[in-house]
Amino acid sequence: MTDTNTYLIRGARVLGGEETDLLLRGGRIAEIGPGLDGGGAATVDARGAVALPGLVDLHTHLREPGREDAETVYSGTRAAAMGGFTAVHAMANTFPVADTAGVVEQVWRLGRDSGYCDVQPVGAVTHGLGGTTLAELGAMAESIAAVRVFSDDGHCVSDALLMRRALEYVKAFGGVVAQHAQEPRLTENAQMNEGVVSDRLGLAGWPAVAEEAIIARDCLLAEHVGSRLHICHVSTKGSVQIIREAKRRGCDVTAEVTPHHLVLTDDLAESYDPIFKVNPPLRTADDVEALRAGLADGTIDIVATDHAPHPIEAKETEWSNAAMGMTGLETALSVVQSAMVETGLLDWAQVAERMSAAPARIGRLSGHGRPLAVGEPANVVLFDPSVSREVDPAAMASKSANSPFRGRTLPGRVAATFLRGTPTVLDGKVQ
Amino acid sequence: MRHLLSAGDLSRDEATLVLDTAKELAQVGDRSVKKLPTLRGRTVVNLFYEDSTRTRISFEAAAKRMSADVINFSAKGSSVSKGESLKDTALTLQAMGADGVVIRHSSSGAAKRLSTWVDGAVLNAGDGTHEHPTQALLDAFTMRERMGRVEGLRVAIVGDILHSRVARSNVLLLATLGAEVTLVAPPTLLPVSVRSWPCSVSYTLDEVLPKSDVVMMLRVQAERMKDAFFPTAREYTRRYGLDDDRFAKLHDDAIVMHPGPMIRGMEISAAVADSPRSTIVEQVANGVSVRMAVLYLLLGGSESAIGN
Amino acid sequence: MCAQKRAEGDIGADAKTVLEGPEINRALTRIAHEVLERTKGGADVTLLGIPSRGVPLAERLAKRIEHVEHLEVPCGSLDITMYRDDLRMAPARSLSPTNIPPEGIDGRTVVLVDDVLFSGRSVRAALDALNDLGRPRAVQLAVLVDRGHRELPIRADYVGKNLPTSLRESVTVLVDEFDGRDAVVVGPARSRGARPTDTAAGGTEEAK
Repeated sequence: MTDTNTYLIRGARVLGGEETDLLLRGGRIAEIGPGLDGGGAATVDARGAVALPGLVDLHTHLREPGREDAETVYSGTRAAAMGGFTAVHAMANTFPVADTAGVVEQVWRLGRDSGYCDVQPVGAVTHGLGGTTLAELGAMAESIAAVRVFSDDGHCVSDALLMRRALEYVKAFGGVVAQHAQEPRLTENAQMNEGVVSDRLGLAGWPAVAEEAIIARDCLLAEHVGSRLHICHVSTKGSVQIIREAKRRGCDVTAEVTPHHLVLTDDLAESYDPIFKVNPPLRTADDVEALRAGLADGTIDIVATDHAPHPIEAKETEWSNAAMGMTGLETALSVVQSAMVETGLLDWAQVAERMSAAPARIGRLSGHGRPLAVGEPANVVLFDPSVSREVDPAAMASKSANSPFRGRTLPGRVAATFLRGTPTVLDGKVQ
Repeated sequence: MRHLLSAGDLSRDEATLVLDTAKELAQVGDRSVKKLPTLRGRTVVNLFYEDSTRTRISFEAAAKRMSADVINFSAKGSSVSKGESLKDTALTLQAMGADGVVIRHSSSGAAKRLSTWVDGAVLNAGDGTHEHPTQALLDAFTMRERMGRVEGLRVAIVGDILHSRVARSNVLLLATLGAEVTLVAPPTLLPVSVRSWPCSVSYTLDEVLPKSDVVMMLRVQAERMKDAFFPTAREYTRRYGLDDDRFAKLHDDAIVMHPGPMIRGMEISAAVADSPRSTIVEQVANGVSVRMAVLYLLLGGSESAIGN
Repeated sequence: MCAQKRAEGDIGADAKTVLEGPEINRALTRIAHEVLERTKGGADVTLLGIPSRGVPLAERLAKRIEHVEHLEVPCGSLDITMYRDDLRMAPARSLSPTNIPPEGIDGRTVVLVDDVLFSGRSVRAALDALNDLGRPRAVQLAVLVDRGHRELPIRADYVGKNLPTSLRESVTVLVDEFDGRDAVVVGPARSRGARPTDTAAGGTEEAK
């Protein structure tokens, strides 16, 4: 695989528009237009497929270093390529925690070596995700990994003063704090969304207010200190309303929603199958509707997978002992098609904005999230929305099989992914 | 194979069948030979992940009176405490040919999870803060024995509803059987969505007592105090304890129930616990009869007669 | 746990009535006299009906004995469900009441009363049940109909009517207390095969 390869993509619908051809050469988009002559270029028949800029995930758990039984940078980036991603942000909750320049550079290098997808490490906000002292944010920013997104994801930076300091400090290098909004005292031992279902199932409730209170506080803090703030995996209707209001007032806040929160609801917990156990928890149909509306009107800026692989033994257990999290890289675009495109809430250009351009902007990632235009980096995904498939985690590239969509039929399929002109996926197969 | 995982799984006819069967089986306890051959050759495993001597003994007595082979598998000192997962334990039980597994577990839903891994019938003997269906059945049985009926009875359930599997199972079963349930607790010990449950709710025990035929006092664990569910044990007792004065407000035929083990003084005064209108001792005896009935109906035939 | 009334559909259109009310009455009267004769006045007799239709038959026998001898005979019921050998061939059945008269059964002459004697398995179960309840001085068996086809070494001491039947037939006893009339009806067996031990196939006489 070398970036000197030349590929002629025939008949792709750029952002869902008319069929056209794209010529990828030298890692860039060389030509766009109907009836291109590729010369000796390898031809990819993409008739019917939608061409989108390579997707960017702001929220991925690659688990390496430390939990290579669940995922590695290699397996996780292959999964990302299969999902149409050309860049992922690797969350900091590894072992050791990515809270030093050394760890983030290690992850960054592993990503370079894999070659399937760019890996942009996320740095921890606090030392060891402990929530008490700031990690060396500047050192991570200045490292070769050039970290711009900082998050204690999995843990909330619940100390208001520490959060204020973090928001202020990262301004020095254009960073952003991505908050995992979860008031810890309100969610001690919490197992699932607090409501009718949790009360019936006798599972400790995880109230919406525990998320909303932190989001409201952090929006006010960010406004006060004039900092950028990003909210991870928004899951409630109330959160959408708070963010909408904060944006209206001019707060520099961005927000993400996961694919699973766009379709799955808390009643799935009735099976007590921890495949549906996730943080933040699945909420109600009312919340799902509000999240879709928020993503459609731009209140929620992006879709981020929160791809959280776990080995089978962490899920084949009783609910309260099970790990929280779901895989998502390889189903994200299909879920978005189902929840947002087929419902008429988003067109493909808007999908490209929310899954490529906006996350790259938030992550300050150059070379990704660019428009499909001549001269731009050839990061392209070809997605065929006309087919459907039954989700089979065993057939996925991820090392883990904890997909909540297993056995479900989802629309669409990634036919090909190009990273700087090199195919990482062709004919639906990882290269 | 069918299971008994939730009191809500039982239709009215099925619940009545259990109670009627228990009524007949109660006689076995009075006979010289306290044993029936019905479950001869069947294996019942008591899988107890929580210490609960009384529930385990009750199930053990029930299974033995039906001539089942009983294997007690307690988590302490076993492979479970060495980190074996519930699933691996389930596969072991499966290999041993368990026809029925009685499970007590601290995790809500553990019984349901287990039922997906074994072929035998699973009986939920208490899962976390979810349910305890045989306790609800024995409570309904006790009410029927004392009051002659369950339908139309006004039942007050008092105490830590939020964390009570007994309360959840009782609310479901009593609603199925047509009783009028009122939950009485401080708001902190009620689930947030309790208004969607098939029962009434009150914060004031004194208002509910005179209108109750049955008062069921639940255990309140002292550690709830640490988590600020109520300020002090003394204040809890003052507002929700069944003391002698409150007892006097009950009408003459009303009965007092407690699933045990009780904290005398905090939830219930000693005089009330020992009064002839307290059913605490007969609840224990009825527990064996009801569990015999459930074991028979689940395991006695070619297929279960309940929980369908 | 009440006996279900037998619906016309249970009996079948081409069934024929072989005993009517008056004949059943005469048979029970005769059995009552025989019991008194064989037990030398019936002083220590206890009648136990096997549910469901053995119970009203036992009660009728008790009344007749009382009428003849002015002797109150203890009368009860003995449910055999938990002792059946075919429990696992059908879903768990509901139980019928067991009522042992206050005199108990120790040292008494227990007369078991059933509607139909067929394979003998119900009686075998009843003997096992009795064994767990006490030690009678003697156990005797009274049946309204003996249709043959025994599978165990069991015979009745008192028989209302011997009714030779084919295994392809079913014998159904109706009693006024449950069914609104007295009759013994013979019809075709209602389901596959005719093994009397198979409750799904045999006659209603085995499916109490």
